[in-house]
Parts: sequence; C-alpha cells; structure tokens
Amino acid sequence: MREVAVIGIGQTPVGEHWERSLRHLAHDAVKAALQDAGVERPDALYVGNMLSGELTGQEHLGALIADFVGLRGIEAVKIEAACGSGAAAFRIGYMAVAGGLHDVVVVVGVEKMTDSPSEVITSALAMAADQEYEAGQGISFVALNALLMRRYMHEFDIPHDAFSGFAINAHRNAAGNPNAMFQRPVTLEAYRQAPMIADPISLLDSSPICDGAAAVVLAPTDSEIARQARQRHGIARVIASAVATDSVAIHDRRDPLFLEAVALSSYKAYEQAQVQPSDIHLFELHDAFSITAVLSLEAAGFARRGKGTLLAMDGEISIEGRIPVSTMGGLKARGHPVGATGIYQIVEVVQQLTGRAGPNQVQHAGIGMAQNVGGSGATVITHILEAAD
Amino acid sequence: MHIAREWRVRRQRYRLVGEVCDQCGRTLFPPRDTCPHCTEPAQTVQTLSGRGEVFSFSTMYDAPEGFEEYVPYTVALIELEEGPMVTAQLTDVRPEEVRIGMPVEMVTRKLRDEGPEGQILYGYKFRPRVRES
Ligand SMILES: [Zn+2]
Repeated sequence: MREVAVIGIGQTPVGEHWERSLRHLAHDAVKAALQDAGVERPDALYVGNMLSGELTGQEHLGALIADFVGLRGIEAVKIEAACGSGAAAFRIGYMAVAGGLHDVVVVVGVEKMTDSPSEVITSALAMAADQEYEAGQGISFVALNALLMRRYMHEFDIPHDAFSGFAINAHRNAAGNPNAMFQRPVTLEAYRQAPMIADPISLLDSSPICDGAAAVVLAPTDSEIARQARQRHGIARVIASAVATDSVAIHDRRDPLFLEAVALSSYKAYEQAQVQPSDIHLFELHDAFSITAVLSLEAAGFARRGKGTLLAMDGEISIEGRIPVSTMGGLKARGHPVGATGIYQIVEVVQQLTGRAGPNQVQHAGIGMAQNVGGSGATVITHILEAAD
Repeated sequence: MHIAREWRVRRQRYRLVGEVCDQCGRTLFPPRDTCPHCTEPAQTVQTLSGRGEVFSFSTMYDAPEGFEEYVPYTVALIELEEGPMVTAQLTDVRPEEVRIGMPVEMVTRKLRDEGPEGQILYGYKFRPRVRES
C-alpha cells in the first residue's frame, strides 16, 4: 500500500444557499480544492451525498458533478452511507490512491437540504433508520436519538444541563470559523430556554438543517504534486482509515447506550496509526446531537461510561483543553449538511494540522482524528491524519 | 404508498409475530431468519405476548410527512417480556404520565392514512397495561 496525503482542501460556507443549487455548491468546493492542491485534472471524482434523490429528485451525481466542474470523461460515482456518506466517499478515494489504482483523486461531499419543507426533510432523514420498524412507526431521526438521551440521563443520573457544554463549545468555536453557519456564541441560559424538538433533545442539542459542500484532493505522500503542495501550505498524511457497522435499528442493539461501531472503528484506527486516544490532539467527532458526542467520546476511549458529559463541563474539549472537539464549530454550529459533513470534518483536521485554522488553531496540533457516523451509530468511519512536516 | 411492502409485514404489525432461534433460544422481533446473536438460522415462528416495559421514550414536536396531524405524540423503546426491544408509539396516555419502567401492552391502532385516495395503515402501538396477567 502507498501512503496517502490530503494535498488540497476546499469548502463553501455552510448555510441556506437559496441562490445556489447542489451542483453549484459541489462545483465551488471541488474547484477550490483542486486549486489548493495545484491539480488540473484528477484521475477520479468520488461524491459523498445522502439525500439528493429524495430531496431534489437528482441521482447520478458522479457524472453530473464531474461534467459540471469541467472533468467530463473521468471516473466518478456517488457513495452513500446516510450521514456518514462524506467519510465513506473519502475512504473510497483513499483506497484508490493507497492501492495504486489512481494517483490523484478528488472527493467531494455535498448536500442541499433547505429547498424542501421541514416535514419532507424529517422524512428523508428518517431513511437513515430502519424504514419498516422505526420510521414506519412515525418516529423521526431526532426522536431516535432522544430515546438514547432519555435513557442515558436515567441510567447515569445526568441532568439536562450537563449536556450544555457541547453546544456552548461548538458555538464558541464556530464564531472563529468564517464558513460556519452560526458564528455566534450561546450561553447556558439560552441552552436552558431552547425549545424542545423531541424531548429531551432541544434546538441547542441538535445540529441544523443546511446546505454545503467540501472537497479534498488525495495523492501519494511521496509524489511530486504532494511535494509541491507541502512546500506551499503543508499537507496531512492519512495514517488510519477504518469503518465498522452495527444494526441500523436501535432496538436491535445489545446495549443501546454503547456505540459498538464507534468502539470498533476507533480501535481499529488506533491500531493502524499506532496511537492511543491520549496521542490525539483534536477530535472532530459527530456531534449531530449532544448525546451522540457523549456516547462517541465514551466508546472511542476518551471518557469512562456515564462520564462523557464531564469532559464538556471541565473545559477539556475546548481549543486549549486536553481533547479539543468540534474545533471549527462541529455539526452543531458549523452545520451538518449530512452527506457533506464527513468531508468538512477532514478539511478542518487538515486546516489544524497545516496551521491554517486561524483564531481556532490548536497549538502544536500534530495528530487529528475525524469520525463520521451514519444513522444512530450504524456506520462509523474513522480517519486519523498526521501533519507531514 | 407501497402496498406490497406493507402487506409483507402484516403479521408483525397486527400480531407481533417473531421467531425463536433454535440454536441459542433467543426470541427475535422483528423476524430476521439469521440470528444476530449466534448467526444460526432462526425459523421457528412465535407470536409474542405484547407485554413489556418502557425502556425509553420521547415526545415529538416535529413529525415526518404523513404524521403531522398527530403532533405532539410520544414514541418509545419497549422491552418485551420475551426479550427483544421494539420501537413504537404510545397511546391512551398523556406524555407527562409516561415513565421509564412503566408496564405497557400492545394494541392495534391506526398508524396513518394516505389521504382520501390512499390506504389506511394499522399496526401496533402500546398503552399502559390495564390487565394484569
Ligand atoms: Zn441464536
């Protein structure tokens, strides 16, 4: 296997893009990443996306986007794994370059959600769950996570306030990210007063509906194109790439409060990278809901079971803390354009590792982890990257 | 609406028909042919009692398409007496009365309808247990 590096990154701001369509958003991110990498024509394009068929009636995004960004003729396909689609596409790109099938690959994650009415989006997101035995009962994706949060609060005797640190941290960090959807901090008071979506998940426990696209360019670390990108702005080596799955339905889990696929994919990644959780300098985790952040921190080995909320209360997850999370705002405040999220996370890890994170720079960031979750813990994709300096 | 798809799961929706694994003896709901615990084939049909306890619950204020008129409604994870867990709506109970550990039983109710032209879909919901047994 060849060692692979991310040699270029690009992203659109996350938000409500009334004036831009899905293909335009993808175009902007791909063009920016190719320019950053100093690449004109990659060998292949992989697209991470979850909802284009359901929300815009458009599938076949591989060819569509390849053509629209001026790459007519190249290999291009869409990859889907619910909210984990972005990282799933990244992994395909990684495998193609590592395996020697391609020398330069661009991966884009894109999602256009805000054109649709909210009940249509709610139904579409529920496709990440078991259609016959979860969504068919009228349960939303938010409510599935609310079931986990309620049980967690019950089993470990945790009050709702204990989760506030995740929203406060994410919003504080988003204020320093020009591409984030919510560039304003929130207070504990605001957290307490936020309206309920699916009890006990409130608006401030939940990531927003939004649009966005992010892209990266991959190449072998020892290639000439990577060497040049390294001199210009630095690159990040991919030192682990691991995927694990669990049952799609929460009711089929052995223990709903332990995200087994998070543990499996994290520990596989630690082994590949030859690191421990304590070696990770920042963790872009999947904070679609504050309960997901807590369960991820526990299953990935950063906190003991039932103790995940303590990390947020003790300041350990802030930029200066022991394990900074959501350093550019996370899903909560940068925004969660579902199929694009996994690529935003990797772009942000690369920003940190190459010293391009601006006011949110984690000092001496050498190793970063990005973890993208599809469904309520059913597909978990973990990547660990290291600064190549 | 996908009539064939709904028809295929009618025995689960109306009577909670599951399966027992011949190898490890665990009860499976919904039926899935291959036991997830021991990966052996599981094909012995068993109708579940419909009795269980609330494992967790949530009251929803935003509904998916087709369920908007019922908002707010309460959904739950129910731990069934035979072992498996099921996701379902609660009925005949006010949201503020629901508790983790509350004994519940299955009833058949309307899940949704598809407007004037469409079919009406029935299935299981759970209510606080009225008869001891
Ligand atoms: Zn078995």
